[in-house]
Amino acid sequence: MNIDSIKNGIVIDHITAGKAMEIYRLLGLDALDCSVALIKNVASRKTGKKDIIKIDSDFDVDTDILGYIDPFVTVNVIKDGKIAEKKTIELPSELTNVLKCKNPRCITSVEQELPHIFKLTDRENRIYRCIYCETRAK
Amino acid sequence: MRSVIDISELTTGEIDELIATANDIIANPERYSEKCRGKKLATLFFEPSTRTRLSFEAAMYELGGNVLGFSEAQSSSASKGESVADTARVVSCYADIIAMRHPKEGAPLVAARNASIPVINAGDGGHSHPTQTLADLLTIYREKGGFENLTVGFCGDLKFGRTVHSLISALIRYKGVKFVLISPAELKLPGYVKDKLDKAGIEYRETDSLENSIADLDILYMTRVQKERFFNEEDYLRLKDTYILTPEKMALAGAGLRVLHPLPRVNEISVAVDSDSRACYFKQVLYGKYMRMALILKLLGVK
Repeated sequence: MNIDSIKNGIVIDHITAGKAMEIYRLLGLDALDCSVALIKNVASRKTGKKDIIKIDSDFDVDTDILGYIDPFVTVNVIKDGKIAEKKTIELPSELTNVLKCKNPRCITSVEQELPHIFKLTDRENRIYRCIYCETRAK
Repeated sequence: MRSVIDISELTTGEIDELIATANDIIANPERYSEKCRGKKLATLFFEPSTRTRLSFEAAMYELGGNVLGFSEAQSSSASKGESVADTARVVSCYADIIAMRHPKEGAPLVAARNASIPVINAGDGGHSHPTQTLADLLTIYREKGGFENLTVGFCGDLKFGRTVHSLISALIRYKGVKFVLISPAELKLPGYVKDKLDKAGIEYRETDSLENSIADLDILYMTRVQKERFFNEEDYLRLKDTYILTPEKMALAGAGLRVLHPLPRVNEISVAVDSDSRACYFKQVLYGKYMRMALILKLLGVK
């Protein structure tokens, strides 16, 4: 299967196989007008298989979302057909409106306007907790 | 603007400082009677809690300040659908400091992020209750002279008991503290609090028997199984009478044991225990007022 290389845009590479759809959804790529290619189960020398997303426009990728879902991805910014920048992805220390707190006793369950904010409380085990009620993100 | 939402926001140094202030208030109450003249405390109680509210109000009055507020959500704008954030912004225009009780977890944090005055969490659902913990800490300090190397037993509802979670968070910072967690299987300490114990390398054991563990304890912290934390009345009725502290059980304990309870008590401590010199729960109420005085002074920056 062939997909053309892009001239100006973003390539999210080395996505853990199967996670591309979740990234597509959380980055809001469905709202874009440009061409977006989501390629599943591409052969990978390192991991056996991987997913790739190609976005054919200069899109400001939320690296916090990527870091939370899959910190092993690489983000390449393509300009004039060449890699202009490689963004490093880190586990974000805080996530705003990415996860929803599911604790029915949390203040966010009754006040719809509040931002859902989670903090990284254990980097080693990648544990995030709601800043309001400390419930662990699942 | 400094607020206190969770006990872990206070360093052990700050807790020492609050204990020192409270001890000084106890020794010299007249020196503090005018410290907050002209200042106002707003008590925003979205769920009823007479004793915590009265403790805050008594604390402010004894500092020479004034108090305004409400004692249930029905008598506030919350009943009209006002958000906690807006209430906090509005009350910031009227008062110098807020004490907030709310049934939803995290509501006082929302208030603190939106108020322009300090906010004290006076209890948020099953989550946190830092000033109760300050009362507990002063009681332990005055009875035991410090916190290191104590064996502390928690008994009853360790799942929803926010006073238990807060006191554990405070005590894990002291050397040699050990915990005995006494509860029925359904009301065990939640995983996130146990994570904290493991992370801090604290020695603890879980048991369902008060009789078999009371002899090992320096402190026994009793709790009430709270009806309002249950969605299901059947579970509440089944679990509420699991542990009742009686003179017979007290006979198994050492002379150095001190019994604490955040109150109100229902039937989990028999009234026959009240006259035992090891029962400290009414002193604890008094100490709570002094620690709230110390905290109000600290957050208002009054020397």
